[in-house]
Amino acid sequence: MSTATASAPVSSASAQPLRNAVIRLAGNSQDGIQSIGGFLARLAGRTQHDVMTYMTIPSTISGGPSIFQLHLGSGHVLTAGDEADVLVAFYQHSYDSHIGSLRAGGICIYESAEVTEFKTDRGIHHIGVPFTAATIEAIGGSARDRGKNMFVLGLLCAVYQLDKEKLAGIVARQFGKKDESVLRNAMLAFDAGYAYPVGDMGTFNLEEGEHTDEHRISTDGNTIMTMGLIAAGVRYGSAYPITPWSSIMETLRSELPKYGGIYVQAEDELAAVSMTIGAAYAGHLAVTGSAGPGLSLKMEALSYASMAEIPLIVINVQRGGPSTGLPTSVEQSDLMQAIYGSHGDCPRIVLAPQDVEDCFYIALEAGKLAREYSCPVIILSDQALSSRIEAFTEPDLDKHWVEPALDLSDRGADFKPYPLDKVTRHAPPGTKLSGKYPHVTGLEHDEQGHPSGSPKMHTQMTEKRRNKLVELSKKLPLPEIYGEQEGDVLLIGWGSTYGPIKEAVNRLLAEGHKVGAAHIRHIHPMPAGLDRLWAKFKKVVVVEMNDYGLYGHGQLAMMLRAAYADPKIQSVCKTDGLAFRIREIVTGVEKIMSGN
Amino acid sequence: MSTATLDAPAATPAADKLTKKILTADHPTWCPGCGDFAVLAAFYKVLEKLQYPHEKIVCVAGIGCSSRFPYFMNTHGIHFIHGRALPLATGISLSRPDVHVFVFGGDGDGFSIGGNHLNHAARKNIKLTYVIMDNYVYGLTKKQTSPTSPQGFKSKTDPTGSIDRPINPMKQLLASGATFIARTHAAQVKHMVDTFERAILHDGFSVVECLSECVMFYEGSFDDSTPRKGGVYDIIDETQHDVQDDVAAYKLADLPSPGKFGVFYQTQRPTKNALEQKWIDSTQAKLGGVSQKDILRKRLEIMR
Repeated sequence: MSTATASAPVSSASAQPLRNAVIRLAGNSQDGIQSIGGFLARLAGRTQHDVMTYMTIPSTISGGPSIFQLHLGSGHVLTAGDEADVLVAFYQHSYDSHIGSLRAGGICIYESAEVTEFKTDRGIHHIGVPFTAATIEAIGGSARDRGKNMFVLGLLCAVYQLDKEKLAGIVARQFGKKDESVLRNAMLAFDAGYAYPVGDMGTFNLEEGEHTDEHRISTDGNTIMTMGLIAAGVRYGSAYPITPWSSIMETLRSELPKYGGIYVQAEDELAAVSMTIGAAYAGHLAVTGSAGPGLSLKMEALSYASMAEIPLIVINVQRGGPSTGLPTSVEQSDLMQAIYGSHGDCPRIVLAPQDVEDCFYIALEAGKLAREYSCPVIILSDQALSSRIEAFTEPDLDKHWVEPALDLSDRGADFKPYPLDKVTRHAPPGTKLSGKYPHVTGLEHDEQGHPSGSPKMHTQMTEKRRNKLVELSKKLPLPEIYGEQEGDVLLIGWGSTYGPIKEAVNRLLAEGHKVGAAHIRHIHPMPAGLDRLWAKFKKVVVVEMNDYGLYGHGQLAMMLRAAYADPKIQSVCKTDGLAFRIREIVTGVEKIMSGN
Repeated sequence: MSTATLDAPAATPAADKLTKKILTADHPTWCPGCGDFAVLAAFYKVLEKLQYPHEKIVCVAGIGCSSRFPYFMNTHGIHFIHGRALPLATGISLSRPDVHVFVFGGDGDGFSIGGNHLNHAARKNIKLTYVIMDNYVYGLTKKQTSPTSPQGFKSKTDPTGSIDRPINPMKQLLASGATFIARTHAAQVKHMVDTFERAILHDGFSVVECLSECVMFYEGSFDDSTPRKGGVYDIIDETQHDVQDDVAAYKLADLPSPGKFGVFYQTQRPTKNALEQKWIDSTQAKLGGVSQKDILRKRLEIMR
């Protein structure tokens, strides 16, 4: 391994202090730009910086334009950044498509062998660097262009005066499992990038964040949600591959055997949900998941799970719809499907995590609620949450770990699977019963599980299934209001828009507007008395990534209007498949405030 | 989590002895004369013989007349949605090695709406027994064509006679990779009991197609294999037919109606249940007894 002897190109004495840095890497999907971003994000977690990333992946098998954007900060980072401070462009198409996302006065580092810069009047500082040639020179031999991402990583490390030793350590751990030459070449390219003279651009010193004693971890939403499921006691389940859900099932498939569990790749979505219901009926906490199209296919079985009162967790990592739509873009257009997308009156619980960290806790909560209320719990994540990396406090397992337990205890002689006055607690197979054995069924049934067509029984059982969730709504805490507690506008959001909405509120407050924001994690049922939140605001603006629809309101706004019949509830929606920019929210809210 | 495995039969104390009386639940809702009554009676008989612990028996079904089966059994039972009984049963079987999983359904459930699940449960060799009560017609919905209806069969959806070639269940199951494939007849109680018993004792995915007449919508469908109606009940002679020979089984399956009855094919192949357990065991052996909580803790530490 090469020891780092190269010194930083410019002495740190001249470095400008910075609290935030937004770096956009633009190339093709096979250039390893995600790895650059991944290394920097992990470094951020280890150096008390906050971080949020954002990436686009083409839905092609290999190749195609791809970006990775990274927002590093010394304070709390809420978004991946509207504009980039630095753009790294690997190709002409990367340059052409993304130069507009660079802020005025920003820096564009480009592959000089590929890109021809054009004159902009925005004071952009262009630096051409032969990434490929310099990498080949550093590694030597027949290196070709592999490793140029490590060269760029070294370059960025020098520009932002990042902790080189820690970064090299993270790289070494990543490549440590591979052939020795792989790590050697990576470090050679990294060092060459670190030492590359970038001229008069200067360097920046990204200030350290506040030090805490807690361990921090950096990872993406799908990964940490999987860990949350395991901590919640999930040991079984089944799914079918679909973007952007697949990485959860892949991780469960390889992790669960360590815990004595099994995750099954099913032949289709219908089989996947059915196998999961089978494992749940058998007495286990089980999970299935998919993206929007797959959730549609699971709907009949989900209606069954409501009727038969089967506890299970269903994850929907939303993507752009309808139909195959935009498989690798973000959208929040499955809310109505999650709540109502089955035949019959079949109440179920719908939750939405607000950021990557929350993906862990929402999985825990889903497990708890599924068991407590014996019904399906749908978690609405999305493509942005699934793949973006954030740094956050490592979850305390001593506090949150749930030991899975199969309850085959004696249920007594008068056991009924569907008592009208209590929440259902099924007796799984293997439970010895002194009375009659129970039947679990999707036909309307009496308390014993016998099919029943009685009008009275159907009314009572429908009420039973509804009322348990009405009871839950009374126990749910009201979300806290961020910003002003009364005033002009209360912004309401759900899911991955938490960060952008909060930053938009900061900006609106700075402009002198009296605004606040509340984020709803419990989508269905919503906490009882939610309208108390906006009693002291003149307007409510629901910000969501879905369509205005035929009546001018987004999906959550429709729900709120239906529940509270309050005309002051309005919408700011968008459907471009990209995460909200702060200025899009600010503009939308200002427009509503001005009455246009 | 349960680590229990299948209990050996015949270990039940006399007081808990499984009898038809104990196993009987609701009176069946089937029409008088329906073949399914005999299937139920045969199943009681097999359970009386095998004496599995009462609480370890699970009956699973989808939708259809025959799929009402679990309600008539005083055992753990689950009545699921149309066509998906097999994946549901797969979830039970894989996650609960200590219980015996029995799936009941009709030709629509098994060969039409749930056809693909049959293929995959078969190839994966899930440990369970599946009895398909085949009546060549959709009965619960009152006489539509089924995937096994013979060409020319007049139904409400084929008023001038069915025009589509029916499925050959034995051939399909052979191609899918099922490890126990048999055919029996609701009017042949002894043969049915023997066949069920062999299917249940098979360590793997065992399927029995049981011809069961629908007297309401397809009366006389199986007269050609019913001796008292002048038909021939031709049982496979296993001294002549090697049940491990899938090519021979395929040829038997190709015989014209009424064809042969008995075990067409049986082979031993590791079940998915066993293969998954093997993977669990080897994975856990490498971990050397670390607690589950610590496994996850270490996984989180890597993300620091």
